[in-house]
Amino acid sequence: MSETDLIDAVLDRHRRDGTRLMQILREIQEQLGWLSPATLTAIAGAIAWPRAKVEGTADFYSFFYTRPMGRFRVLWSDNITDRMLGSSDLMSAMCKKLWLEPGRVSEDGLVSVDTTSCTGMCDQGPALLVNSRAVTRMTQARVGEMVSLIRSETPVAEWPAEWFAIEDNIRRKDILLDHGLVPGQALAAALERGPQGMLAEIKSARLRGRGGAGFSTGQKWEACRSAAGHGADPARYVVCNADEGEPGTFKDRVLLNSYSSLVFEGMSIAGLVVGAKKGLLYLRGEYRYLLEPLQAALEARRRANLLGSNILGTAFEFDIEIHLGAGAYICGEESALIESLEGKPGRPRIRPPFPVTRGYLDQPTTVNNVETLAAACLIATHGSDWYAAHGTEKSTGSKILSVSGDCERPGIYEYPYGTTVRQVLEDCGASDYQAVQISGPSGICLAEAEFDRRIAFEDIPTAGAFMVFDETRDMFEVARNFAHFFAHESCGFCTPCRVGTTLVRNLMDKIARKHGSPYDIDELFKLHRLLQGASHCGLGNSACNPVFDTLNKFRPAYEHRLMSLNYEPAFDLDAALSQARQMTGRDDAGAHFPDEAEA
Amino acid sequence: MNATTTFHLDGEEIPFTPGQTIMQAAVAAGTYIPHLCWHPDFQVNGSCKLCTVKVNGRFGSSCTMEAQVGMEVENRTAEIDDKRRTLLQMLFVEGNHFCPSCEKSGDCSLQATAYELKMMSPHFDMFYPDRPVDASHPDVLLDFNRCIMCGLCVAASRDVDGKNVFYMGGRGLLGRRVHISSESGRLADTGFAVTDRAASICPVGVILPKRRGFAVPIGQRKYDLAPISEQVKVKTP
Repeated sequence: MSETDLIDAVLDRHRRDGTRLMQILREIQEQLGWLSPATLTAIAGAIAWPRAKVEGTADFYSFFYTRPMGRFRVLWSDNITDRMLGSSDLMSAMCKKLWLEPGRVSEDGLVSVDTTSCTGMCDQGPALLVNSRAVTRMTQARVGEMVSLIRSETPVAEWPAEWFAIEDNIRRKDILLDHGLVPGQALAAALERGPQGMLAEIKSARLRGRGGAGFSTGQKWEACRSAAGHGADPARYVVCNADEGEPGTFKDRVLLNSYSSLVFEGMSIAGLVVGAKKGLLYLRGEYRYLLEPLQAALEARRRANLLGSNILGTAFEFDIEIHLGAGAYICGEESALIESLEGKPGRPRIRPPFPVTRGYLDQPTTVNNVETLAAACLIATHGSDWYAAHGTEKSTGSKILSVSGDCERPGIYEYPYGTTVRQVLEDCGASDYQAVQISGPSGICLAEAEFDRRIAFEDIPTAGAFMVFDETRDMFEVARNFAHFFAHESCGFCTPCRVGTTLVRNLMDKIARKHGSPYDIDELFKLHRLLQGASHCGLGNSACNPVFDTLNKFRPAYEHRLMSLNYEPAFDLDAALSQARQMTGRDDAGAHFPDEAEA
Repeated sequence: MNATTTFHLDGEEIPFTPGQTIMQAAVAAGTYIPHLCWHPDFQVNGSCKLCTVKVNGRFGSSCTMEAQVGMEVENRTAEIDDKRRTLLQMLFVEGNHFCPSCEKSGDCSLQATAYELKMMSPHFDMFYPDRPVDASHPDVLLDFNRCIMCGLCVAASRDVDGKNVFYMGGRGLLGRRVHISSESGRLADTGFAVTDRAASICPVGVILPKRRGFAVPIGQRKYDLAPISEQVKVKTP
């Protein structure tokens, strides 16, 4: 098949619909390796979009390549938990064996090695993606074998299957993970209750969003249900947010791997309540390997009359489609996610209007977290009284935590809301602990004095990440890793976040080089205050949280790095000469500026 | 004017019609709120954040927030102007802005706003990004060194010219840029014309007509004559 035929086939499959651009780009890239200028022109022509708009989308996402890439593309997960398991050394070893600089494609176009944001394998790292497939538990031995396979150009499909094995690591089950429901049971119960009755049940169960913000699910569904559709083709939509990008979070991966029936059923229940006929599951690109199994699961549900028309013999009609993301943390924000679903860069929208009135394709849309939708099945089946008997007054039900870092048993832990941090630490076998980062970089960093606090919306709300750091860990380096993460993931739309996240990253790097001073600490606080108030969305608002928390709670980790001066320029004279040294091949004392301390 | 539909902006009573944003109402009343990406003729963008105000104690963008009866809005306070100064410094260091050699000097919103807010230095380390200059078009020069990502050229080309020559894409500090709608990426290969609205919309010095330099001498230019805060266009009814 020629390139043109191949592109045409993909475009036809998506009805030349521009709102499906993300899927069009991905499918074409999977076959051609990259998105060439000519390919983008062809796509733009076919979907009748301005070419620059197509390029704008292709250019936004980490996993779309507008330049030729290696035939083997290795991306090391760069979360702090991967680093704690030795990923940096392993990646360096891989680069050395391949004679490769990180981020560069080898001269022969064979391979490239780089880092990527957390791939959601924190309990089984160090992890990487090779040609979009997830590999876990990397070791020096595996690095050696992998390099041989790359050199011999062995297709990834023929690599040892155990490298791609991904464990659920479920360590503690509660009401959700131990649900005991059979497919269709919750949906039948919801159909029995009817849309109004089901909504009332969700409301009286006081279910709140599991993505971290804790907005009332009943209120969201009700607002969507009562909003009128717009235009010639009015509709409502249910969107399941499976863009689990918060570093340290991986519970949605496990839910989608082993509990997809519950998730799809929750989406169907949401569809019933809000009056939607279509649901979209937005799956993060890092979980590409889940696409085929999930599609098979959807097919099975269609065969079982749990999706499609006349569901379970009623007039209810609903179906689900999976959209794959392409590497952008910001798409976890619901309006950015909707932009992405429409084929555009993931830029958070101006709100109001909120998605419940104007969301996907400008129609009323409810966007819910994977875990929230799964929990709705429990309420449909057992009722609100039963559900609200679990957890606390303001946080009913249970919460799934993704535990990683310094502990004996990392993995998935489900607890009733109200469980203390200390309890979780005990259960996962953590000892000599120093700190816990809850809800990822955008969440909160706790020191030991706070370990009696509780996982609940009224105390510590969380999307689920729970990263443990023992006494040996340098909390400054933890915060610096997170600062790099935000600088990499800022969408670039608003000034404070676009420039501020990079300024914060540079200040942290300056302090790491031991060139920092108390002045730089003040600068970090100043940027925190600016980003928190002036940013367009939650990413910018929370981007300085890890720096702020660690500065307040682990100040010595910063202070021992500072020079005892009030001000130190970021510009390093000696470092500025490094290029000249490289070009002249000199590294003697005369090619360096004298050390100020000695001079 | 219905007496109930007003809000307070730095203590001053500002009338508004329902649906108007704080910015729209302020401009209609002749009151200046610093801004760069907002333009009365175009759909709101909300990216520069210069127009950040404090509404009932909380920060928000005045170009996107609808005015409400009785709102207490803080605008030109020391606290907010200080934040705006930092935002301006961010815009200066992320690009390459050399005012003395720029044809737009004196007519430039970024420069005028920096004077208005008494920005005395860039404060942060310059990023010195590697940004392209596109001289391919016979009549127009593009110098992206000066781009502040306001998106006004995108809106003008899309909404007025109907040409979609520009589009804002890419991600983050290094990636975000204006894409030009041609396979070569060159302006010459688009339908762009010097008579387009987009050719004269740039608030800084990215989009410049060729063969016309310093027609108005420095010292007699728009913001040389009066500060930007005194040039709020009052719409006549």
